[in-house]
Amino acid sequence: MSVTLRLAWRNLWRHGRRTWLTVGAMVFCNALLVFLISTQLGSYAMMIDGTLGFLTGHLQVQEARYNDEPRMRYTVPDGIALAQKLRESTRNPAFAARGSAFALASSEDRSFGIQILGVQPASESGVSTLPGLIGEGRYLNSGNAAEIVIGSVLARNLKVNVDDEITFLGSGRDDSFAAGIATVVGIIDSGMTELDRSIAEIPLEYFQEIFAMEDDVHMIVSKVDDLDKVAPLQAQVQQQLSDPELKVLDWDQLQPGLSQAIQADLFSSFVMYAVLIVLVAFSVLNTQLMSVLERTREFGVMTALGVSPGQLGRLVLLETAIMSLLGLLLGCLVGGLATAYLGQTGIALDGMKEAMERYNIEGRLYPQLSVLSLLAGPVIVFLGGMLAAIYPALRLYTLQPVAAMRAV
Amino acid sequence: MTSSRPSARVLFTLAWRNLWRNHRRTLIMLVAIIIGVWAMILFSSLMSGMVDEMVRGGLRTLPGEVQIHHPDYRDDPSVANSIDAPSGKLLDQLNSPPVTGWTSRVKVPAMISSERDSRGVELLGVDPAGEISLGFDPADIVEGRFLTGPDDKGLVIGRKLAERLETQLGKRVVIMSQDPDNNVADRGIRIVGIYKARLQATEELSVYAGRETLQAMLSIGSQVSEVAITGNDFREVANWWPLIEQAAGPSLETLPWMTLDGYLQSMMEMQTSFNIIIMVVIFLALSFGLVNTLVMAVFERVREIGLMMALGMRPEWIMYQVLLESIILLSLGLVLGNLLAVATILPLEDGIDISAVADGLEMAGMGSILYPSLQVSDMVMSTAVVLLLGLLASLLPAWRASRYNPIQALART
Repeated sequence: MSVTLRLAWRNLWRHGRRTWLTVGAMVFCNALLVFLISTQLGSYAMMIDGTLGFLTGHLQVQEARYNDEPRMRYTVPDGIALAQKLRESTRNPAFAARGSAFALASSEDRSFGIQILGVQPASESGVSTLPGLIGEGRYLNSGNAAEIVIGSVLARNLKVNVDDEITFLGSGRDDSFAAGIATVVGIIDSGMTELDRSIAEIPLEYFQEIFAMEDDVHMIVSKVDDLDKVAPLQAQVQQQLSDPELKVLDWDQLQPGLSQAIQADLFSSFVMYAVLIVLVAFSVLNTQLMSVLERTREFGVMTALGVSPGQLGRLVLLETAIMSLLGLLLGCLVGGLATAYLGQTGIALDGMKEAMERYNIEGRLYPQLSVLSLLAGPVIVFLGGMLAAIYPALRLYTLQPVAAMRAV
Repeated sequence: MTSSRPSARVLFTLAWRNLWRNHRRTLIMLVAIIIGVWAMILFSSLMSGMVDEMVRGGLRTLPGEVQIHHPDYRDDPSVANSIDAPSGKLLDQLNSPPVTGWTSRVKVPAMISSERDSRGVELLGVDPAGEISLGFDPADIVEGRFLTGPDDKGLVIGRKLAERLETQLGKRVVIMSQDPDNNVADRGIRIVGIYKARLQATEELSVYAGRETLQAMLSIGSQVSEVAITGNDFREVANWWPLIEQAAGPSLETLPWMTLDGYLQSMMEMQTSFNIIIMVVIFLALSFGLVNTLVMAVFERVREIGLMMALGMRPEWIMYQVLLESIILLSLGLVLGNLLAVATILPLEDGIDISAVADGLEMAGMGSILYPSLQVSDMVMSTAVVLLLGLLASLLPAWRASRYNPIQALART
């Protein structure tokens, strides 16, 4: 074995420039793949966090029909108590009950139809980032005060400020007339125009009172610190629910667009990666075929001396493996270092702000370097290179020693 | 020394024959170039198709490529910020080329209530003929009819909204908004039509009523919220929108779609840079193989090159010959790659159904059918990138070939 290895190694450096060019193609492709895949995974993580973090959370308990048809009357009974029970039984404090109703909100000068959320101020910050994004004033702090926090664009459209009053009119769960007057205590500035245009939150107990909800809520929202924990928590919560009308939905069911956007993006970029990998494989094929053809005489002599075609084939494959391994190591090193650096500093998204906001990504994009993003691309390039070497290696089986030794 | 200067014909023949001395190597490289060029054009035509569709759809929703508003309207879309219907100079400008269609509309936030539910919507008071000239397709009406004139007393709502409100064609709903004095203005109105739109968000948001009906309800006389103008080709807008701006005067805000919808604008910009990046990246992956092929081709011929030089061929002609080989190889790859791309993209131009990920595409403002669009500019750009960078990459091997010392080169085995 060590002889074959030494042979392979020396053969490679007979044409140092050619070997380096082929390795270079692999290093380039590998480094690029490491960077692109890490950036992609990083942006998906930000997309998921951004989209779910503001409001949706990772899991929601809802009445079975509510997700498809969000109607006032599809409620979760005794929601505040249920949220408390779930907090205790799952030992996860991030559960918060919410109500949601449509209302006409009016200030002195303006009226807008908006969706009003009733939230539990104490638990809400565990499932939503909005309580931490108050630009002016403060967040809600008591369960039943007549207070409201609204988005900054909505505040501008309604021409209200902190301490002004907003009247809202709507209908309660029983189709009764619902009306309330609340004081604006805080203004949310999330940076997402669409959200800032529509968000309005009031304390849950106050909400229940105004919209004739009794003790019911529309959803119980939960959040986990790691996406992998969603499925176990979902199963655990589902077990806890005695009411067959209730359903536990995960983020994919709540926001089907999100994972589909990721799928569409993954697919299109994989086609692009495949083209790059094929091009590199052609480069390897070219190099190895050349190196086999130019050694025809040498291989003829070796077969005449008793080396079997199989051994020669293995020699060629070993050469390719060494070359590909070099490409893999250097590519991972270069790509990994560059990505790790950018993972620290982030990539500025100037000029793409509007595009990224669509996916709830704000500020800088941070590539996420992981074992997967570091190795996935390079390993496939390695396999592609090996695949490309099969044809040159197979040619050796048709080698006729006598004719080969006469070849020029 | 005229003898040292071979004719272009000889040089070409030499390069061509040299290429096919090792036909396997040349063919492999050729296939790689073809795949690379094909991929460059395919990706850019998919991207162009996607962005075109997005922009066109976005402009249909906007609608129009240029809009005129009250200067405060975009910040505060209230009925208080209405403008007078176009007249005089502006009207003349709107009725002359390059404007191919325009309409004035009332557009105010409103609340719509059925017996079961209420929603916040964008209430549009329109002249149906004008909407159609701006791209509203009457075939999108799935039930009932579109409005018949600006004085139509009916209401046309989106399919999704009808579902949300648990209402249907022929039912009455109440629409509620504010008049300029902040009084509540409301009106019961019958649903006469239900439309479908490319995006569900549109179906939920836009509600159409007759312009005059709304003007009466809001007591704003003949005032409107916006004037929307189209000239058919969104790429040409920069040339003519200043004319409109001039005619509209400084008291009104005239803006092209690039400013009205920053998302569409940034998608357009991203498209161009994205295409160039993809082309350069694919080329770089190719270039290693190209340089490798040339280095090998030169290396095998060191003795031959030495001999040619000894016989009086000047170094630069050696260099030109290697460059010519590279150009021939690249050009062959470009021609075949372009042909292959045209052959694959043309059958796809009727649209690729990607509705499996429709919700995800909606996030990006895209419909669920992708229409690749083959752009001559993309083909030209890929050709330019490949030829230019290809020549650049070939310079080093070609230059080295011309630097051999004839005596040492001849002595090589």
